[in-house]
Amino acid sequence: MATTLIDVQLSPEELRRYNRHLILPEVGLEGQKKLKAASVLLVGAGGLGSPLALYLAAAGVGRLGLVDFDVVDETNLQRQVLHGTKDVGRPKLESARDRILDINPHVQVDLYETRLTSENALEIIKEYDLVADGTDNFPTRYLVNDACVLAGKPNVYASIFRFEGQVSVFGTPDGPCYRCLYPEPPPPGLVPSCAEGGVLGILPGLVGTIQATEVIKMILGIGKPLIGRLLLVDALSMQFRTLKVRKNPECPICGEHRTIHALIDYEQFCGLPARNGTSAPAAQPAESQVPEITVQELKARLERGDRPFILDVRKPHEVQIASIGHDLLIPVDDLPERLAELEPYRDREIVVYCRSGARSARATQLLRAVGFRDVKNLKGGILAWSQEIDPSIPQY
Amino acid sequence: MSTTAATVTIRIPTPLRGFTNEQATVEVQGTTVGEALAKLVEQFPRLKPHLYNEEGRLRSFVNIYLGDEDIRYLQREATPLYPGAELSIVPSVAGGTH
Repeated sequence: MATTLIDVQLSPEELRRYNRHLILPEVGLEGQKKLKAASVLLVGAGGLGSPLALYLAAAGVGRLGLVDFDVVDETNLQRQVLHGTKDVGRPKLESARDRILDINPHVQVDLYETRLTSENALEIIKEYDLVADGTDNFPTRYLVNDACVLAGKPNVYASIFRFEGQVSVFGTPDGPCYRCLYPEPPPPGLVPSCAEGGVLGILPGLVGTIQATEVIKMILGIGKPLIGRLLLVDALSMQFRTLKVRKNPECPICGEHRTIHALIDYEQFCGLPARNGTSAPAAQPAESQVPEITVQELKARLERGDRPFILDVRKPHEVQIASIGHDLLIPVDDLPERLAELEPYRDREIVVYCRSGARSARATQLLRAVGFRDVKNLKGGILAWSQEIDPSIPQY
Repeated sequence: MSTTAATVTIRIPTPLRGFTNEQATVEVQGTTVGEALAKLVEQFPRLKPHLYNEEGRLRSFVNIYLGDEDIRYLQREATPLYPGAELSIVPSVAGGTH
């Protein structure tokens, strides 16, 4: 801990506020002082970051650092309860700070309005006792893991997808790290993101609250944290299971003969084109590496009557929400099996679209790989069409 | 088919259920983990590229558990199965924030 407990004093107001902790023998006055002396870095102030920030602040963790560079938008509000409708358009860090200080003015809030990168990660992380990773992409996951291992900080990890979540505690001296569990990331595009696959709004609340519980247990030194165990949460069946995670003696960063001694280029490691060398932005699968057509170009073509063949690769339920019309609908995951349906149009110009342009980039890549000559990705997808061409098309 | 083949349950994680007709569990028969997984992708061929690489080896970002143990710490795909065993496919998932 950065501060010794003798230096920590709780005011009469704080003693009243934390009464329900103070009367718990497992916390008590000493535990509450440990919480006040503790500092936790939250990577991401979104879905998982929301319950983390709310509960860690309410519990009386003395200093919370937040790393995020995003602005609150309407689609966040379904799950990111740290932010409100009035905050749409504000930087997430600002609304997070206001909300945290409203819950507990005794918390010191440090804001880092930046991407976590290989250049700044160690500098930022070394200022904290532990890290809670709530990021949304593989490069940052591996960056946080490696930086925590190198800095010797525990990393309370969680991730979510649709109705399922994973939680574990990595980076303790004798415990495993994320690389022990998953030595390598999946290639870009193979694993859909929450933006593509959707997520039950409550899930980050459920999983992030478990993550916050682990943070508190680690600070207090009580109970049995999820070190060496991976908790799987399935909200649909409401089943919780724990699997063993062993420390891999061959692990390149925490093993006996480590080969990684400094932070690397995580974009490259995850098979993505490096952006400014070593920074780690949200993973975008292979977009911009395939031929594209802009929404303006497509609009002009349609107006001229020069209509290409239009392939929608979203799921049928999405078409009910919003559509700009199509000649054929084949969800991207079904494409490899349903290529025969496209065969008659092999020599036509084909424009592929989805919601944001990510899935359609994958589909474009696939079609070109199997010999379709003139396939283009509609850049920005239906969202760009709504923004730039027809605002009556709903954004979702 | 060996006479000792056991009926086992394979748990399919959400990201891969699109390839198993949304089934969360699939029952197959096999004497080893490798055999059971081969039966699974035989039944659902679209799952195959998500579990195996081009050389036919299990992908490194897909972990397979027998009960609560990673098969990498058992006998990998040669790990023998027993009746009622539960195999879980646990892929890496990145979602969290946005």
